[in-house]
Amino acid sequence: MQISMDPKNKTMDPEVKNNLIQERIQAEMARLDLDQPAAIRSIRFLKNALTLNLGRAMFMTSDLGSRNVKNIILERIPYTLLLMGTANLILFFVTLFLALALSRKYGSFWDKFVITLSPTSSVPPWFYGIFLILIFAAILKWLPFGGVIDAPVPKDLMGRILSVLKHLILPAASLIVSSFFLSIYNWRTFFLIYSSEDYVDTAKAKGLSARDIERRYILRPTLPTIITSFALMLIGMWTGAIITETVFTWPGLGRVTYKAIGLYDTPVIVGTTILYAYLLAITVFLLDFVYALVDPRVKIGGGGGAK
Amino acid sequence: MKNFLNTLREIGKYPTAIFGVIVVLALIIVAVVVIIKIPYDQAISTWRGGESIVYKNPRNVPPKWYNWFRAEKLVESFDMKEGDEGVSSVTTVTEGGTTITTFTFEFDHSYTSFPQDMVLYFNSEYETQQPFVAIKLFTPDEREIKIASFALTKSHTYPMLQDQKLQKRLNNVVPNIGLFLDPDVEEQIPVQGTYRLEIQATIFESNSVVHPEFVLHGQVFGWAGTDHMRRDLSLPLLWGIPIALSFGLLAALGTSLLTMIIAAFGTWYGGFWDALIQRITEVNMVLPFLSILIMVGTFYSRSIWTILGATIALSIFTGGIKSYRAMFTQVKESTYIEAARSYGAGDGRIIFKYLIPRMIPLLLPGLISAVPSFVFLEASLALLGIGDPVLPTWGKMINEAYGNAALYRGWYYWILEPAVLLMITGLGFASLGFALDRIFNPRLRGV
Repeated sequence: MQISMDPKNKTMDPEVKNNLIQERIQAEMARLDLDQPAAIRSIRFLKNALTLNLGRAMFMTSDLGSRNVKNIILERIPYTLLLMGTANLILFFVTLFLALALSRKYGSFWDKFVITLSPTSSVPPWFYGIFLILIFAAILKWLPFGGVIDAPVPKDLMGRILSVLKHLILPAASLIVSSFFLSIYNWRTFFLIYSSEDYVDTAKAKGLSARDIERRYILRPTLPTIITSFALMLIGMWTGAIITETVFTWPGLGRVTYKAIGLYDTPVIVGTTILYAYLLAITVFLLDFVYALVDPRVKIGGGGGAK
Repeated sequence: MKNFLNTLREIGKYPTAIFGVIVVLALIIVAVVVIIKIPYDQAISTWRGGESIVYKNPRNVPPKWYNWFRAEKLVESFDMKEGDEGVSSVTTVTEGGTTITTFTFEFDHSYTSFPQDMVLYFNSEYETQQPFVAIKLFTPDEREIKIASFALTKSHTYPMLQDQKLQKRLNNVVPNIGLFLDPDVEEQIPVQGTYRLEIQATIFESNSVVHPEFVLHGQVFGWAGTDHMRRDLSLPLLWGIPIALSFGLLAALGTSLLTMIIAAFGTWYGGFWDALIQRITEVNMVLPFLSILIMVGTFYSRSIWTILGATIALSIFTGGIKSYRAMFTQVKESTYIEAARSYGAGDGRIIFKYLIPRMIPLLLPGLISAVPSFVFLEASLALLGIGDPVLPTWGKMINEAYGNAALYRGWYYWILEPAVLLMITGLGFASLGFALDRIFNPRLRGV
């Protein structure tokens, strides 16, 4: 293209021109190592992926204009972490404590209420997002439709923080609402199964207070499960929520993924996936140590009874 | 049969489950009726048709039932042609052989608001001499407004809203408002009462004819309103039901059945096959599901069946396979399997006749609970812009509404209608699945 469009090559013999083009193509392929067999290339790709050498994006640029996939991803991670972090941490702890309280009052009105409402979690967060936008942005006009900060950007730091928080409410709320009741229901059922164990009955027979039973006999054995789901939640945070971010035009990693797919920008897609795979692997690795710390039944290198 | 009845009785104990059953049954019935009443080809051609199908529809207006909740009614749309009530014609023949036909369209306007547009469509037949029409409007307070006069082509459209000359004559008020204005009042209030639109057609040839049709685009239309391309939204709402149901049910069925069969094979043969399935599952769980689906959609085909296949393929090797594996490992050691082995049953026989049937009660709640997630998946994909390009679906509706900033501009019905339907579908299946889970899953009994 560069050659055929160049005015100074206009008088060139077509054959010479063709040769020149082919030569350039070969040189370019050699530069990108595309002339090597697929197996060798795969190994090189794998090496790059493992060393987090994510390369350059084909079409996308970061907001500062960089083509580096790393920069594109790094730029968006704070926003994703802010949104997902707020939503997931609130969701996790609130549902956990509510579930614990409910499992104590099993069969009460609130218990039944949660069970009845738990199917609401079949609806994805973006869907609640639409309703929340409708109510709070379109009709009541209290909160913004989307985005991350007011335009123009407030001058002082306090104003900026408040503005971001204001934009954070709706997307975070939709993420929380969509899994709130199911999460409570699951934890509650989980706690109930554990509280019907014999040793809990024994503890009750001994006359221990409800708080003590909860802490020592229910929470302690369920700790590995709680930690696992907490860790999985932590890594889940990093990928962002593609559609929720799209609906709220939140500039997070999910939107980057969506945009990259729309532009066929393979390096960016691969980059986000590698990041996720890395986090998953690290978390699973670390979890094994944590289990050993909290659950005496798990012994490193113990063999036999170790699970 | 007795088992089935028992299950039904159990379901009756859960009010949410009854709600779920009613919703699911109603949806299935409506879906069947829709497919029979509006065949696929007709639905597609109506949905993707042009002006000839939507010419009676106003643009972006809410449904009729909006008026039930409003004190000030919005103008309803209507169209009139010869033979309809309120349309009359008088024909006189002059000496020179010219025919003059006067069509009168009478319509009531008892609203405090104005219509969106008024359009006249003419169909005429002639050989060389074009017929000529003169249009006048008589208001209820007996004023006469000259609208326009022009020669007709064979099929002529006259949108009053776009007539600049008429607008000038109405003191620069747009015609859809200006024609109805009360001249004695300063605010924009329409004169209420019966309007008379008179079209005087002069026909010069003996065998030429003129057929006028008057269409008034109101502020409400139909049972579902219209979109930015003036299409009636009731079509995607109705057709969305069979599409959502078939996608959700097929995906859920395919995924759960295949997952179960593969898990059964893996556990039965053990060793290498089991390990392979476990590794595939772990790899598949890391892969971003939505991204792959979007890539299939953009690179290969956006047909709903391709997406369905990809969805099933990607959803087989997920967490489900691990939990089935755990259950199968238990069942594998039971005595009745041992008995089967002792009489010399083959691997296939044991898997399909003894292992899998044991799990069917567990399959059902999982299957039904999985339906909503797939229904919403289809909507999510459409929202991301990779829905099926041909089919009218709920997700497509939301996507288009979103693309046109419907919430921002106050066209709430456009998003709310499909959203409410999606929600009802999702909740119906989910509550039924929940109840079934509690009935069939012995661990949850009494909890």
